Amino acid sequence: MSIDKETVKKIASLSRIAITEAEADAFVPELNQILGWVEQLGEVDTSKVEPMTAVIPNKLRLREDVVTDGEIREKILANAPIAEHGFFAVPKVIE
Amino acid sequence: MTAIYQLGIAGIRSGIADGDFTAKEVAETFIARVRAAKPLNAFLVETPEHALAAAEATDKAKAAGEDLGKMAGVPIGMKDLFCTQGVETTAASGILKGFVPQYESTVSANLFKAGAGMLGKLNLDQFAMGSSNETSAFGNVISPWRRNDGGNADLTPGGSSGGSATVVSGRIAPAATGTDTGGSIRQPAAFTGITGFKPTYGRCSRWGTIAFASSLDQAGPMAHDVRDCAIMLESMAGFDAKDSTSLDLPVPDWEAALNSNLAGKKIGIPKEYRVENMPADIDALWQKGIEMLKDAGATIVDVSLPHTKYALPAYYIIAPAEASSNLSRYDGVRYGLRDLPDGAGLQDMYAATREAGFGDEVKRRIMIGTYVLSAGYYDAYYTQAQKVRTLIAQDFDKAWNSCDLLLTPTAPSAAFGLGEKSDDPLAMYLNDVFTVPSSLAGLPAMSVPAGLDGKGLPLGLQIIGKALDEQSVFNAGLAIEERAGFVAKPEQWW
Amino acid sequence: MVKMTESTYRIQGGTGEWEVVIGLEVHAQITSESKLFSGASTEFGAEPNTQVSLVDAAMPGMLPVLNGECVRQAVRTGLAINAQINKYSRFDRKNYFYADLPQGYQISQLYHPIVGEGVIQISLDEKDPDAHGKAIGVERIHIEQDAGKLMHDQHPTMSYVDLNRCGVALMEIVSKPDMTSPKEAAAYVRKLRSILRYVGSCDGNMEQGSMRADVNVSVRKPGGELGTRTETKNVNSMRFIQAVIEYEAQRQVDLIEDGGVVVQETRLFDPDRNETRSMRSKEDAHDYRYFPDPDLLPLELEDDFIFDCKASLPELPDEKRARYKNVLGLSPYNAAVLTAEHETALWFEQLLETTDQPEKIASSAANWVTSELFGALNRLGVGIEDSPVSPAQAAELLGLVADGTISGKIAKQVFEIMLESGDGAKKIVEEQGLVQESDTGAIEKVIAEVMAANEDKVAQYRDGKDKLFGFFVGQTMKAMQGKANPQVVNELLKKILG
Repeated sequence: MSIDKETVKKIASLSRIAITEAEADAFVPELNQILGWVEQLGEVDTSKVEPMTAVIPNKLRLREDVVTDGEIREKILANAPIAEHGFFAVPKVIE
Repeated sequence: MTAIYQLGIAGIRSGIADGDFTAKEVAETFIARVRAAKPLNAFLVETPEHALAAAEATDKAKAAGEDLGKMAGVPIGMKDLFCTQGVETTAASGILKGFVPQYESTVSANLFKAGAGMLGKLNLDQFAMGSSNETSAFGNVISPWRRNDGGNADLTPGGSSGGSATVVSGRIAPAATGTDTGGSIRQPAAFTGITGFKPTYGRCSRWGTIAFASSLDQAGPMAHDVRDCAIMLESMAGFDAKDSTSLDLPVPDWEAALNSNLAGKKIGIPKEYRVENMPADIDALWQKGIEMLKDAGATIVDVSLPHTKYALPAYYIIAPAEASSNLSRYDGVRYGLRDLPDGAGLQDMYAATREAGFGDEVKRRIMIGTYVLSAGYYDAYYTQAQKVRTLIAQDFDKAWNSCDLLLTPTAPSAAFGLGEKSDDPLAMYLNDVFTVPSSLAGLPAMSVPAGLDGKGLPLGLQIIGKALDEQSVFNAGLAIEERAGFVAKPEQWW
Repeated sequence: MVKMTESTYRIQGGTGEWEVVIGLEVHAQITSESKLFSGASTEFGAEPNTQVSLVDAAMPGMLPVLNGECVRQAVRTGLAINAQINKYSRFDRKNYFYADLPQGYQISQLYHPIVGEGVIQISLDEKDPDAHGKAIGVERIHIEQDAGKLMHDQHPTMSYVDLNRCGVALMEIVSKPDMTSPKEAAAYVRKLRSILRYVGSCDGNMEQGSMRADVNVSVRKPGGELGTRTETKNVNSMRFIQAVIEYEAQRQVDLIEDGGVVVQETRLFDPDRNETRSMRSKEDAHDYRYFPDPDLLPLELEDDFIFDCKASLPELPDEKRARYKNVLGLSPYNAAVLTAEHETALWFEQLLETTDQPEKIASSAANWVTSELFGALNRLGVGIEDSPVSPAQAAELLGLVADGTISGKIAKQVFEIMLESGDGAKKIVEEQGLVQESDTGAIEKVIAEVMAANEDKVAQYRDGKDKLFGFFVGQTMKAMQGKANPQVVNELLKKILG
């Protein structure tokens, strides 16, 4: 599988990273080199293998349903680029 | 008497206990070392007040006859991947510039509880993505080491825990925290002649540590020697209900059980680690290591880990995939950088912010991760990589039928010059060839310094153990440490 | 047994009749104190961003920890619709960027949901549910996080973000495309809501957003191949769900018949215009890059856990309705109406608990509840849980009727007084002297007076004008101010008039 400039642009868009035409051009060989290299995994017969789920045997613990958090609005908003009236503010979204 | 700055954790502990010096003197000594080390660019933020406050608390506790914590009076460097309350934490990225956490990571909190103080936040590869500390948004970290060719070229301390490696090897801090996703503790430890330990996945809580690849990230100590690593890891590790992947197990007393007599232990030498173009120095060091372990009473056996060559490609699918998702939260809405071009909408703001805030390597990995998870490619890349990961873990399981530990080189080369590999991502990725397989299997592994190459640069040996058997790894490391007699230190040129 | 009935809902197009195929994805907020992966409260209506933890705000290094109660409620819901419970499930990340989604991904379950296939029985005829029932398949139920909320009308150039809802646990209940009319879809949602409320896993409050549906609609020629579907998101009332289906079906038929094609897309319902429209702003979000959340381990359920979930389930609406019909002898209608809402059934059962022989009073009690009580509650605009008259008070009232102390007509009067005063029925009857007269002597005396005053009518009646019997009953009752036992009056009149 080889990726072209259009694909690079699509990935950048999905990743929400703005790129210029020149950057897109530069990414094409670079990503192809890396992807070409990882594709050697295709050689491995994994037809009878389960994908890894937990690297060290461990069980998902369930938390008790009690309120232990919240009421920390100042901490939540402390680093916000723009916060007003207790809200985070973002450029107006038109739905 | 040895100068205070030459002491590690155990030395500081006994000096304070014996009344040779106070914790405050220790803190002041290292604070001065930090100030003097600016040319190395190891610190992103200096926090002398924190180190002093912890030292004063230790001195007070001692005066009151109270029991001192395991790290009492030890001022450490903190990799800037650990969120520290009230202290800017950026993961060496532009996108988190100015971010001041309102919370303390579990690992740093554990260390502080054990009496450690913090000298500052250490530079690293941006979001821990890199093997040379050249991806930091705040400049390269320079290794205290120089080649003996008189060329004075700036060398990499390795990465991603490059700041940590530099300050410990330069005796600027007695110890530092690191994190290891594919080798980020072990490779820089090897490059700078210090000891670095990556515990079993789940030993150290990931809560409050900025995530790179969740299924691989593990914190660990970087220190002078094996004993210091054992002391420090005991303070860092422990069950944390806030991390679902944390292991609910008691923390063993590793230091107390240190024992370099390896009688009855079988050490496996994996043949697949004998890679093409491996420098002769490294091959020779490996042989030396085998002899040292034999000398300590261990039996050497040849083992095979047949899927080793697929570990790196699998890692470079899994880690970027997880990273692409973990880094989605950096969007300019709630913290960090916001780049809002004139008239931009929300989605444009995201794209502009992330373009401006992420470095090239981070973008590259996000792009790769996004691609391998995208519709139509998920199974071919991600699922296949996770299956190969299973095979790699099974390779280790099979090896444990015939041995207790594995001995390998830590890295395929000594430290390289800054700029030498930064244009070739793939060449850079190959740095982690020996460290990545054990990361994929979640196993404990450490690097101990074992010798110098022909240019006078440190080389490390890696010991890999069974899951949860940190003790055997420490013990074998100690056996090498005792025999290698590694005393070389970088000359202070800065 | 449930009989499958063919839907007759058809769209009349220029090229003939069209059939509608409907599937629903219902998002139901799981009833819990704290959020799915954080310890922040789920309470509705708090100040913005006060019920937000560091985890909900996706601060760097924050990690999710699963709330056991949410798992328990999803399993109980699955068991309530006879669904397969998956002892192994996983959480996946659904990746997309939006201001209400701080992590940049929603933790959901794509590949291994906690609940597999189940069935919900719906009925299209309230009067006789069994005669017009249909089984709607449930494909799966999975657990996921809710998103935060954006407010667009607070500032001229900015939208405000409130993360209070962010991370609240939802169940997504995905139906099979088994519904073929707006009415069936509404019946499905009504029944699902009823089951959730019985189970206690969701309060079903559509106004507060505790339940909302994504409506999948396609059209086809009857019996033909499935058409391309559209998905209308976040429809939050039963009426709107039906409106969406009607609008979408018609729109798609018109589109196809005009030579166009239906595009598979996400649409939004505009209640003001009663129409759906394409959601262009989320068009590029179709590649969600799902993968297992590496911050969480697989969720493995023990048999004991599932057993305890099962044991904790109440009697569910279908079982209850059958019991009301078969054991208590209620009419199909009463059985259906009394079991539709859990609170109603509980109220009714508390009423029955006041007697040792519930079968004896069940029918009259059921009639009274569905007519008198419902009427009163309707007038007052309150739910049965806020009824001013308690089940015990109602039992006292019905007891007075059953033992002949008061007539049914007086009972209505007494009930009105109970509603206003809160007093018990006995007290009211005694204080206001409403005790029914059953003494034959007293009634005979009044009958004699009535006959004396209406000799002409007596003669007509005796000549065969049977209809006048009612007149005598009425006159007698009127003379006794309604307090005479109507049964006794009837019997005596028949005897005396001959």
